[in-house]
Amino acid sequence: MTLVDVFSGGAAPPQSRTETEGARRRRRGAYALLTPSVILVIGVFVVPLALMLWRSFTDPVAGFGNFTWYMGDEVQRRVLLRTFTTGLEVTVICLVLGYPYAYAMVAFGPKVRAMLTLLVLVPFWTSLMVRTFAWVILLQDNGPAHTILSLIGLGDVQLIRTNLGVVIGMSQILLPFMVLPLYAVMAGIDRKLVLASSSLGARPLTSFIRIWAPLTMPGVGAGALMVFISSLGFYVTPALLGSPDNALISQQIYVQVNSLLQWGRGAAMGVVLLLLTFVVLAVLMLALRRASRQEQSS
Amino acid sequence: MIRRSTTFWRALLLAFCAAVAVWLVAPSLIVVPLSFTDRASFNFPPSGWSAQWYTNFFTDPSWLWSLEASLRVGVLVAIVATVCGTAAAVAFSRTRFFGEQGLRALLLAPMIVPVIVVAIGIYAIYLRLNLLGTTLGFVVAHSVLALPFVIVPVLASLQGFDRRLEDAAAICGARRWTTFRTVTLPLVAPGVLSGALFAFATSFDEVILSLFIQSPYLQTLPVRMYSSVTRDTDPTIAAAATVILALTTALTVLASIITIRRSRVH
Amino acid sequence: MSIDHAPRGASITMRGLTKRYDAVTAVNAIDLEARPGEFLTLLGPSGSGKTTTLNMIAGFVDVTEGELQIDGKPVADLPPYRRNIGMVFQEYALFPHMTVTRNVEYPLRQRKFAKAERREKVAAALQTVGLEDYGGRMPKALSGGQQQRVALARAIVYEPRVLLMDEPLGALDKKLRDSLQLEIKRIHGELGTTFVYVTHDQDEALVLSDRIAVFNDARIEQVGTPTELYERPESVFVARFLGESSLFCGTVTDGRTVDVGGRRIVAGRGDCAPGDAVAVVVRPERIRIAAGESEPAAVNAVPGRVIQEIYLGNSRKVEVQLSDDTTVLVRESAGSITPTEPGQHIWLTFDPDNAAILPA
Repeated sequence: MTLVDVFSGGAAPPQSRTETEGARRRRRGAYALLTPSVILVIGVFVVPLALMLWRSFTDPVAGFGNFTWYMGDEVQRRVLLRTFTTGLEVTVICLVLGYPYAYAMVAFGPKVRAMLTLLVLVPFWTSLMVRTFAWVILLQDNGPAHTILSLIGLGDVQLIRTNLGVVIGMSQILLPFMVLPLYAVMAGIDRKLVLASSSLGARPLTSFIRIWAPLTMPGVGAGALMVFISSLGFYVTPALLGSPDNALISQQIYVQVNSLLQWGRGAAMGVVLLLLTFVVLAVLMLALRRASRQEQSS
Repeated sequence: MIRRSTTFWRALLLAFCAAVAVWLVAPSLIVVPLSFTDRASFNFPPSGWSAQWYTNFFTDPSWLWSLEASLRVGVLVAIVATVCGTAAAVAFSRTRFFGEQGLRALLLAPMIVPVIVVAIGIYAIYLRLNLLGTTLGFVVAHSVLALPFVIVPVLASLQGFDRRLEDAAAICGARRWTTFRTVTLPLVAPGVLSGALFAFATSFDEVILSLFIQSPYLQTLPVRMYSSVTRDTDPTIAAAATVILALTTALTVLASIITIRRSRVH
Repeated sequence: MSIDHAPRGASITMRGLTKRYDAVTAVNAIDLEARPGEFLTLLGPSGSGKTTTLNMIAGFVDVTEGELQIDGKPVADLPPYRRNIGMVFQEYALFPHMTVTRNVEYPLRQRKFAKAERREKVAAALQTVGLEDYGGRMPKALSGGQQQRVALARAIVYEPRVLLMDEPLGALDKKLRDSLQLEIKRIHGELGTTFVYVTHDQDEALVLSDRIAVFNDARIEQVGTPTELYERPESVFVARFLGESSLFCGTVTDGRTVDVGGRRIVAGRGDCAPGDAVAVVVRPERIRIAAGESEPAAVNAVPGRVIQEIYLGNSRKVEVQLSDDTTVLVRESAGSITPTEPGQHIWLTFDPDNAAILPA
């Protein structure tokens, strides 16, 4: 079950041939079952978001003050841009590393596939703090990574407290989010299509580029979506691997709220981040849906 | 797949994947040898060995309390999120009702929305309600984040579940709760257990929200680790990290055993 | 389980029973009665409404309009677990995580029977279906036929007055189906419960039923005993669906005389007005072939051309093309075959008593 399925209501596979009903009774029962979850989500999710939205327009004075400040502040603009580019860099790296990895999961036999699956799920289960801390140790000045690089001759590159370090760390942490959707789509592609193409005389590489690769686009889209959106909201990794000079938006929000007690400004930034997330989500889901509709009609 | 591929390309691909896999897994392992260093620094490789950081971890009240807090909150979140999430999943899988799409998106939204945005809102509310640093506050907040991770596997389990079995139970005279207890639940138990494990892991691992709603009276383990990284150069954090690694590995193994057994039964 | 010869089955009454899903009417105001203790089959093609009707009796589908009564008591508002009826599903629906004994015992537990009584009833039910020693097995260790028998045991163990069966033999191979059909018939005789059986297989319906209700497009076309439906179908649909039929299309000239391709045909049954387009329906085994070019001396004689012969072992089917390019079937049993060749011109004859006029 992919994320896209889950959000679009999923395909409910009917196991029985007739629909099971008892309409009124069932409906009441369904509402009762949902009540605790809904209360939880409204109380601890919707209300805080609404409060934050409210604060962004009313703290310290009513109006768009916080937003005009944000749009006007050059530091903040740079931070936003940096967040965006970092997200893009991470997404591209994950795609470059993840695409062949997912392909290998489809191309090789069950034993290799099981091994690869297990290995890609391991970081999933490892605590974020542990992974980030591990990178802190690895990338520290005169740490192991530095030592290895100087052996190759790239000795003077600083890794920690740089954007480079942040990108490296985030890519490793987010790679599974790229591999899994990609694999799911790749596994569903009918191999006979490529065989058909080669039986028509196309060379293997041509078959690959023209037939198979385009069919993986929905997976690429889903994976890129998940990685990019996750990276927008990352806090811990950028905070520990980066520095205040190259902070990302989530770190800035933390600073505004916790250190500067500028609730209104922090809230406004939160609103911007939320908007950004929804826009990216909407764009990519529309693209995905159009791609799958094209696929169905062709 | 492309059967005409030479073995050279396949070997290259495999080597590439091996490198990626190492990159995925190996870095985390560095905390293990570091936790045994004899110096109070993060210098790697360690010059000497000692188990003092583990002693430190298990005797220092702040570390122990944070571990206990994380476990306590984690278990409670697992219970709350699993009960609420399973009930919600049952509701979604059984009927079509008004607002179904919207409610589904709402309950799963915490998975997509950046946590920091929600965190400042929750921080503001807890500030006013005096819930900062309370178990109740933590459990409630973490449960919302964990809820989608219960709903997704339980819903998947329920959708793969043969509904005619419930019809059969009904015809045999079983009312809805009895049917759920005796027929449905035993058969979707793996999905529910996966959900519970995911919920626990989500809570145990959560950093951002916990940073906001902490207080000197209640810090979860990741929060304690975070402040340790930013303030000390004390390798006790490496010991803590190793302990967490061991715990999550055990949980992963447990989850895989459950999944393997499930695929064998059906 | 005591074998009581008095019928221990309930009556089921359906009056104007209707089921609508938005724009689609799945069951259109049917009137049907299942008599106490009888074996009633709901027969029809896919989508004709028979399964929906069964599910309404069971309580899995809400009734849109009409009355549904069991033993005279309205049940449309009762949930399935309060109707006290038994049901056997096509996919068996055995609880995979329970042993055979626990499966069969399940309804007894819901009715709070004591342990000793449960054991006794389960043993009796398993014996009725011939699986006495299988109590400890798990469903996935059983074959399809065995699973279906366990499902049957589970449905009868609490002696319900109505037993519903939804194409229970559909997933089995032919030989198994045939032997299980006979077992089901035997069990029905033993129990005296009212059986309502859904199938699209007309052979099955003919073998098992006391009465058959033929469904077509959300309505019931005809209800009757197998003999009635087979010998005296009241519509072309029923004639075609139950057994094979041969149809001669034509126009009514007068009374029971029909003009078929210029020939004068007399039928024994059916009433249509002069000028109506009708089909004269004859069972293939009641048609005889007369070789030779000249018209035979018979009341009804229709010329045709042989398309092909089909050898069936104990009988033979001959496909014949008529002058209006339609095809009819003739069935001759091994003892009385008229040798023919493809392309040969022959005459078909049949008795008016074996012919019926049905609206086309």
